[in-house]
Amino acid sequence: MPFIPHTDADVRDMLATIGVPNIDALFDEIPSSLRCGVLACIPEALTEMDVGRLMQERAAQDGRPLNFIGAGAYEHHIPAAVWSIVSRGEFYSAYTPYQAEASQGTLQLLYEYQTMIASLTGMQVANASLYDGASAVAEAALMAVRAHRRSTSARILMPTTLNPVYRQVTRAIAGNQSLNFEMLPYVPGSGTIDATALDKWKGQDVTALVIQQPNFFGQLEDVDALTDWAHANGALVIAVVNPTSLALLKPPGEWGQKGVDIVVGEGQPLGVPLAGGGPYIGFMTTRMEHVRQMPGRIVGRTLDLDGKPGFTLTLQAREQHIRRSKATSNICTNQGLLVTAATIYLSLVGPEGLERVAAASQARTRELVAALTKVRGVRAVFNGPRFHEAVLTLDRPVGPVLEALAVQGIVGGYSLAEHYPELGNALLVCATETRNSNDIARYAAALASLLS
Amino acid sequence: MHEKLIFEHSRTGRTATAQFPAAEAADIPAGLRRKQRPLLPEVSELQVVRHFTRLSQLNFSIDTHFYPLGSCTMKYNPRACNALAMLPEFLSRHPYAPEATGQGLLGCLYELQEMLLEVTGMQGVSLTPMAGAQGEFAGVAMMRAYHQSRGDLARVEIIVPDAAHGTNPATATMCGCKVVEIPSLPNGDIDIDALKRVVGPATAGIMLTNPSTLGVFERRIAEVAGIVHDAGGLLYYDGANLNAILGKVRPGDMGFDVIHMNLHKTFSTPHGGGGPGSGAVGVGKRLLPFMPIPVVGTQGNQYRWLTEKDLPQSIGRLSGFMGNAGVLLRAYIYMRMLGRPGMQRVSEYATLNANYLLARLKAAGFDAAYTDRRASHEFIITLKRQSRELGVSAMDFAKRLLDYGFHAPTTYFPLLVPECLLIEPTETEAKEELDGFVDAMIAILAEASSDPDKLHSAPHTLPVRRLDDVRAAKQLDLTWKPAQA
Repeated sequence: MPFIPHTDADVRDMLATIGVPNIDALFDEIPSSLRCGVLACIPEALTEMDVGRLMQERAAQDGRPLNFIGAGAYEHHIPAAVWSIVSRGEFYSAYTPYQAEASQGTLQLLYEYQTMIASLTGMQVANASLYDGASAVAEAALMAVRAHRRSTSARILMPTTLNPVYRQVTRAIAGNQSLNFEMLPYVPGSGTIDATALDKWKGQDVTALVIQQPNFFGQLEDVDALTDWAHANGALVIAVVNPTSLALLKPPGEWGQKGVDIVVGEGQPLGVPLAGGGPYIGFMTTRMEHVRQMPGRIVGRTLDLDGKPGFTLTLQAREQHIRRSKATSNICTNQGLLVTAATIYLSLVGPEGLERVAAASQARTRELVAALTKVRGVRAVFNGPRFHEAVLTLDRPVGPVLEALAVQGIVGGYSLAEHYPELGNALLVCATETRNSNDIARYAAALASLLS
Repeated sequence: MHEKLIFEHSRTGRTATAQFPAAEAADIPAGLRRKQRPLLPEVSELQVVRHFTRLSQLNFSIDTHFYPLGSCTMKYNPRACNALAMLPEFLSRHPYAPEATGQGLLGCLYELQEMLLEVTGMQGVSLTPMAGAQGEFAGVAMMRAYHQSRGDLARVEIIVPDAAHGTNPATATMCGCKVVEIPSLPNGDIDIDALKRVVGPATAGIMLTNPSTLGVFERRIAEVAGIVHDAGGLLYYDGANLNAILGKVRPGDMGFDVIHMNLHKTFSTPHGGGGPGSGAVGVGKRLLPFMPIPVVGTQGNQYRWLTEKDLPQSIGRLSGFMGNAGVLLRAYIYMRMLGRPGMQRVSEYATLNANYLLARLKAAGFDAAYTDRRASHEFIITLKRQSRELGVSAMDFAKRLLDYGFHAPTTYFPLLVPECLLIEPTETEAKEELDGFVDAMIAILAEASSDPDKLHSAPHTLPVRRLDDVRAAKQLDLTWKPAQA
């Protein structure tokens, strides 16, 4: 029997100890009228060899196309050591460190992670993770409403330069608690938040302003001015950031005069594979004054009976298993194993490595934009500084072009037709340090022949 | 055993340069540029490998220890599920790559949906929730959307038994609902009279786990379903304990309208030191239009994602892409290896192990919380008597078990049973492992009489002694700070 160790003799002994004639007797409290029959739609069991062959076939069917999409998930080099350690059973098959003394490895790692991500974002404290970047924005909006005691409007200003799926997820998760989301348009030339649109909210009760940097288009926002505007108007600031970019970009803790109040983002670029969309990591950091409003697990360093340092889950009075209906969030299981990957990744690349990854990604995107905009019918849409993504337009609908590129093994970008129809035949492209000049030339040549 | 912080291994200028791309000039305006480097360690690759390997060795895990944590289903995570989910084609797939280049992955996910439909008896499945609590959120949000779609706006109350997981009431709050708690009877069943008193025109639904968190099957579930449905409410099934009934009874047949499954419990995807999980949801006919998106559908002989265009009444998206795809793949591989008879064996042997362990512990002088009931896949021991007579607590027992090489059961949950241990052995443990656990419990009980201080001050053999939680919460130390130069 796969994964069940019992011999016939074991079963006989155990049934005798319990005092029942057979295993089925153990289910005698389930009303017989409810018992189900054979699960006809479940296929017969496969051996490891056979399921291995099946999965190899499925994988081969998908292949490994050359990828030029970012849009919230980025293909970076992952050092071999990362997943070789993450896959160790002591990390892989442990659970939430409720028994601190038997979980010091996980707990110390989480403390190291909290230190790294807090420093990277320029904030004082971090939690041990949320599900992903999108749901982290929803949690940040809810947290801002709790933290901002003087604001009663529960009004969150969300720019259209924030990842459109993050906006959808935030509405789906936080919308049930009567938050009001107001949209801020972008300037057509720069692809950044239209600061004049903020005038409408001057003197009004605004709970928080969300700023994504770099924004969904890859463009860099004027974060200092936006942060100062929000604080001057009594609003908190929620920053949504790409962790790789923070090796080069000013951390949210230093935006404007005072720095932002809550930082969230998608931690996937830090050692987590694209993997078809997950599992990823939502990260969250904040100021110490808001720590009790933060959702999720938090690890603290303390002392044991002998006065020796050790680590434990702390501030649990915020959480669902203690506070129940008054908890800061219902989150319980989060993304521990991915945090393990991110912590090992950040340790391997260090401050200089992360800077080089960020700079190389920016350089490859520059090279990609230069190569693609040489193709007739392709042009860049926005001016101004950007990080490692860019919006291009084509002289024809994007969908069929992407499908034709896919046939040639090239994943050419993310169509903006659904979320930004006003941009016409627009495409969001990305190149990280994992793309080289040959890859870029191959894409440019394929596109040129398709558009000719 | 003690391992320094990774920051304490750091030396300025030390690098792991094999992991670096070449240096290049960045093009960032001065005003937007970072001025001071972040506090990341500067260490060699060997130092990283050694540090995190040593940290791993400070953990208990399924792979190293019996881990009978009640309500968590800490069963063996087959290695093949990890190895095959990490084939390079799956790992390198961008979630927005065209569907035509993802038919292999989508096919696996579609078949997973179909298998989950079969084992739950529901009508539709969405795989997108990223953990049990998000599955709960999806479920309650769907119930709310259903009532609202009918103009039944007054239905904002969610009924929750007092034994429920904390996530249940927390979820109800997140969905903008009000929580109404009902008590359990001394035999562990729901108090039906109390239920009848609280249902009414404000009832949105009830959230139940069956078997309940008390480790017993709710025998009058059909009656409960009738009462809630007659009052116009819906039934939510918390799938935390699905391992107990897999292939024996299906939530859909019990009358539930919506369920979430913890794939990291029942379908053996790794717990990962606190995730990732997966909280796939299943729905009955009435909630089909409200499922969270995306869902895998078919068009001709191709698989594709169903989105808001296909499900305009959906409660929406809960994740940036499509949920924890890699976790879903592991669950799919596990289910294919179990196959039809294997699926039923899970609940049979999980229940056999729990009842055997309960019988042996009772014989050894421990008190079951529900003496006359059959254990499901887990059961509760109460140490109330030992606490009164010997002055040792459930926590003392739990900590001392660590010294004997066993991860502690869940302690002090459910909250209504005093000094309790919630014990879930799972089907993948051998009889001799269970016997070893009983031997340890007997030895600890003897120590509780002869040398109770040994329990109060446990653990004695772990990397740290008992930790000061009060200090941790009062003198917050949440990040490391370098010593002032």
